Amino acid sequence: MTTFQKKLWIGLLIMALLTPLGILLPETFNAEDAWGEWGIDKLEKLLGYVPEGLKKLADIWKAPISDYNFGGEGASKAVQVLSYIASGLLGIGACVLVVFIISRLIVRHGK
Amino acid sequence: MHIPDGYLGPQTYVPLYGVSIGFWAIAQNRIKKQLSLKHIPYLAMAAAFSFLIQMFNIPIPGGTTGHAVGAGIIAILLGPWTAVMAVSVVLIIQAVVFGDGGITAIGANCFNMAVVLPFASYGVFRLVKGKSEGGPRLAVAAFLSGYLGLFVAALFTAVELGIQPLIATGADGRPLYAPYPLSIAIPAMAVEHLFPFGIAEGLVTMLLLKYFLKHEHDLVYALSGPSKTG
Repeated sequence: MTTFQKKLWIGLLIMALLTPLGILLPETFNAEDAWGEWGIDKLEKLLGYVPEGLKKLADIWKAPISDYNFGGEGASKAVQVLSYIASGLLGIGACVLVVFIISRLIVRHGK
Repeated sequence: MHIPDGYLGPQTYVPLYGVSIGFWAIAQNRIKKQLSLKHIPYLAMAAAFSFLIQMFNIPIPGGTTGHAVGAGIIAILLGPWTAVMAVSVVLIIQAVVFGDGGITAIGANCFNMAVVLPFASYGVFRLVKGKSEGGPRLAVAAFLSGYLGLFVAALFTAVELGIQPLIATGADGRPLYAPYPLSIAIPAMAVEHLFPFGIAEGLVTMLLLKYFLKHEHDLVYALSGPSKTG
C-alpha cells in the first residue's frame, strides 16, 4: 500500500467516526425523512390512507440492520450513535469485500 | 433518493432492473478492458467513500433530509463505467443489509444513482472543462459536474415516482404506489437537490478533485483519457 493510499484509508475511517453528524444534525434542525421515502405511518398521516400496492410491497424485505440501527425503533440516542458508526465501519468492510470479489472475477492479472 | 419498496409498481421496477442489468454487463466489460490491478484498491475506496458520504444526511430546517452520493467524483477519478460498478455495489449493500432503498427498487435506484448520476456528472465535467488541464475552470467544471449530476438523477427519480399514479390506480381510483403526481414530485425533488443537496455533491467533487490533482495527478481518468489508463 502506498503512503497516499494509507492516507485515504485513514480519511475514510475518520469519516466513519463522524457519521453520527448525519443523524444529529437533522434532529437539531427538525428535518424529517427524505422526500418520497416515508414509512407507512408517515404516509397515512400525509394522505389519510396508505396506497394498497405500496402496503403490500413495503415489508417484502426485512433488513438485518434496518436504518443503520442495531437497537431497533426504541433505541436510545447513544445506541443510535454507536450503531451509526458501527454501520459505517461495516459498510467499509462490505464494500471492500464485494469490490475485491468482483475485481478478482473480472480484472485480468498481470496488467 | 433511495426509493423504498412499494413506491414503484412492477410495471416500473421490473424494466428498470432490466436496464440496470444491461449497464452492469457493459460496465463489467469496460472495467475488464480499462482497469489494471493497481486500480483495485481505489475502486474499493471509491465504494467505501460513496457508502460513507451517503450517511451524512443534510437537513433542510423543518423539512426533509438528503445527502451527496459521491458518484460524480468517482466518475471523474476512475471513469463513469467504474463508477457504475462502485456505486451499484454500495446501493445493493444499503438495500440488503440496511434497508435503505427497496429490494424491488434496486434496479431503479442503481439506474438513478449509479448510472444516470455518474454519466451526467462525467458529461458535464468534460463539457465545461474543455481543453483546460487545471486552474479555476477545472474547479468550476468539477463543482458543476457534481451539482448537475445529482440534480439530473433527482429528476429521473422524481419522474419514476411521479408516473406511478398514472400507471396504477385501485378500484377506488386512488393510486396503488407512490401517490404524488409529476406536478408535485418534480418540483419537490428538483428544488431540494438544487439547494442544498446538489451544493454538497458539487463541493465534494471539487475539493476531492483538487486533492487528487495535487497528490496523484496521473490517476485522474477524466484528464488522462480512457486510452491511457490500464
